[in-house]
Amino acid sequence: MTEMAIGGPLEGEKRAASGIHTSEAAKLRLKSRYSAERRFKLYGIAAIVFALAALATLLFTILGNGVTAFQQTFVRIPISFEAEAIDTSGKRDIDELRRGDYAALIRSSLSKQFPDVTDRLGQRQLFGMFSAGAPDQLRDMVLAEPGVIGQTRDVWLYASSDVDMLNKGFIDRKTPEQSRRLSDRQISWVDTLASSKAIEKRFNARFFTGGDSREPELVGVWGAVVGSFFTLMVCLSLSLPLGIMAAIYLEEFAPKNRFTEIIEVNINNLAAVPSIVYGLLGLAVFIGFFGFPRSAPMVGGLVLALMSLPVMIIASRASIRAVPPSIREAALGLGASKVQTVLHHVLPLAMPGILTGTIIAMAHALGETAPLLMIGMVAFLVDIPSGPLQAATVLPVQVFMWADSAERGFVEKTSAGIMVLLVFLLAMNALAIFLRKKFERRW
Amino acid sequence: MNGNGNGAHGVGVNFPLKMTNRKVNVFYGEKHALKGVDLDVRANHVTALIGPSGCGKSTFLRCLNRMNDTIASCRVTGEIVLDGQDIYAKEIDVVQIRARVGMVFQKPNPFPKSIYENVAYGPRIHGLARGKPELDEIVSHSLKQAGLWNEVNDRLDEQGTGLSGGQQQRLCIARAIAVQPEVILMDEPCSALDPIATAKIEELIDELRKHYTIVIVTHSMQQAARVSQRTAFFHLGNLVEEGDTQTIFTNPKDERTQGYITGRFG
Repeated sequence: MTEMAIGGPLEGEKRAASGIHTSEAAKLRLKSRYSAERRFKLYGIAAIVFALAALATLLFTILGNGVTAFQQTFVRIPISFEAEAIDTSGKRDIDELRRGDYAALIRSSLSKQFPDVTDRLGQRQLFGMFSAGAPDQLRDMVLAEPGVIGQTRDVWLYASSDVDMLNKGFIDRKTPEQSRRLSDRQISWVDTLASSKAIEKRFNARFFTGGDSREPELVGVWGAVVGSFFTLMVCLSLSLPLGIMAAIYLEEFAPKNRFTEIIEVNINNLAAVPSIVYGLLGLAVFIGFFGFPRSAPMVGGLVLALMSLPVMIIASRASIRAVPPSIREAALGLGASKVQTVLHHVLPLAMPGILTGTIIAMAHALGETAPLLMIGMVAFLVDIPSGPLQAATVLPVQVFMWADSAERGFVEKTSAGIMVLLVFLLAMNALAIFLRKKFERRW
Repeated sequence: MNGNGNGAHGVGVNFPLKMTNRKVNVFYGEKHALKGVDLDVRANHVTALIGPSGCGKSTFLRCLNRMNDTIASCRVTGEIVLDGQDIYAKEIDVVQIRARVGMVFQKPNPFPKSIYENVAYGPRIHGLARGKPELDEIVSHSLKQAGLWNEVNDRLDEQGTGLSGGQQQRLCIARAIAVQPEVILMDEPCSALDPIATAKIEELIDELRKHYTIVIVTHSMQQAARVSQRTAFFHLGNLVEEGDTQTIFTNPKDERTQGYITGRFG
């Protein structure tokens, strides 16, 4: 076939010249060209299918693991709020109510409901079916409504993580008793409670409103969300003005000489510096030298601002450069000064692009973990931070800490934390796309 | 060459020289782009700069309001004098020069703002209007002078970029007029327009001559013949010949000029 193809043109001189593109050899050449194109297209499709499959697996795994975390197992028991356990003086004194022995209320209710459990181990196991947060639940009830003292009410209390796991089907009943977190008796009690509809999965509001906890059934993501918010605010309020000013100067005012060239190259290099290096820098400079508090969103924000500055400068410069020179000429030709030209015309036109870049950089900063570990934002914190100088943690670090915990109950919380993080990231990216579409200009 | 150029308004030596330029040299880095140009611009005349591409006519035009300042590698020597004042002198403020010598560009480049804002921007930055009514007056007057008022007076708050090409160019002219310049530079203002829009702009240029001094760069010799009273022919960075438009087109002295206007090269 190759010979024919080579021989073609020579024979073609003898034949009619038009035969070159209509001969059998030409048809074969054309066919192999088409099949090469088809193959090329196929490789592209295969690559996309592979990427989509990987993404789908990831999302599916996270969803499958995490969706159960939005529900929590509760146990309903009748609690009689006896004054002798929580209000011996009878004065309804807040301090005394706060110190009351609410666990005793649960224990006495349990001994009434399960009178045949008399041994100490059994009683401990019975009480162990409730979360360590259950007494606090009762305390909060009493503090909110002291009139409840002396009454008996049905209360839905947090089940322990083990009961929760059993109820969600993560504990295999066929596992031998000694290698299982719940004893046979506990499982039979759970079944008893379930048969009287006293055990139930309910929406886990605490996950969205609470801080961290040692108990997987009590953890919440709100503390980390607030910490992330403060961190990002500090980061944004620093990197946005600095980034824009630097970009404007470099793009519109800086003379083109060796010095500015070096600056430019280094900004590009800084964008590629591993983020943990910024963490070390922040640790040495902000905490070590300036003495800022550890674990504070303030320091985290400063570090992330340093990290996102190069990206912001590059994005801002690109969108300033995208403003057509004819606009600058028009303004200059009218007698506008250089600064007026930039502030009145170039910057407003570049702003949508700058904002898009900013949001992407902020989304990147939101997902950043490593540098924050260096400055101590990996602390275990139950309280919701109330300001940028208070110790806090952020979403990705919270996910990291949960993933690091051994208990089975944290598996679903980890995935749920990732889902919350992803929702924020998707929302920010959607906002960026929306802004770009809304302010897009055609010249 | 239908002689419209000389007809409508007065011409001749009884008009003073608005700009006198002596030994103007322009260098882009090492490149010597304009070589010792001596050219006078007479007040209330239209001076056309013609010549093949790359001959330096646009470069010369951009010297007249110091737009070349924006090009870092560009260096200008010689004298460019506006009403007895060298505009490249140290003590001169370039912003003031550009307010006195306005410019209209090849491609219509209205700001992506409303029609009103486009015209009002210049007066606003120069503080020419005290209060809104005065600014309104300047805007409507400028649009009327640019012959655009009747087409846009009911939609001043619409985007300037939404107008047709010819309207956009007239908006740019109105924008330049609004600053009340003395000289208006036009860099091939019709090259992006269709013949009808071109005709309108040409009419407008002749009308504007009453109040302003105009220097226009054009690729179309017919256009130069129609709108200008003086014509200067540039070639390879040199000013080859300059004189009355009629003379240049009917009886050129230099054979390069003759070759260009008869279409033998360029």
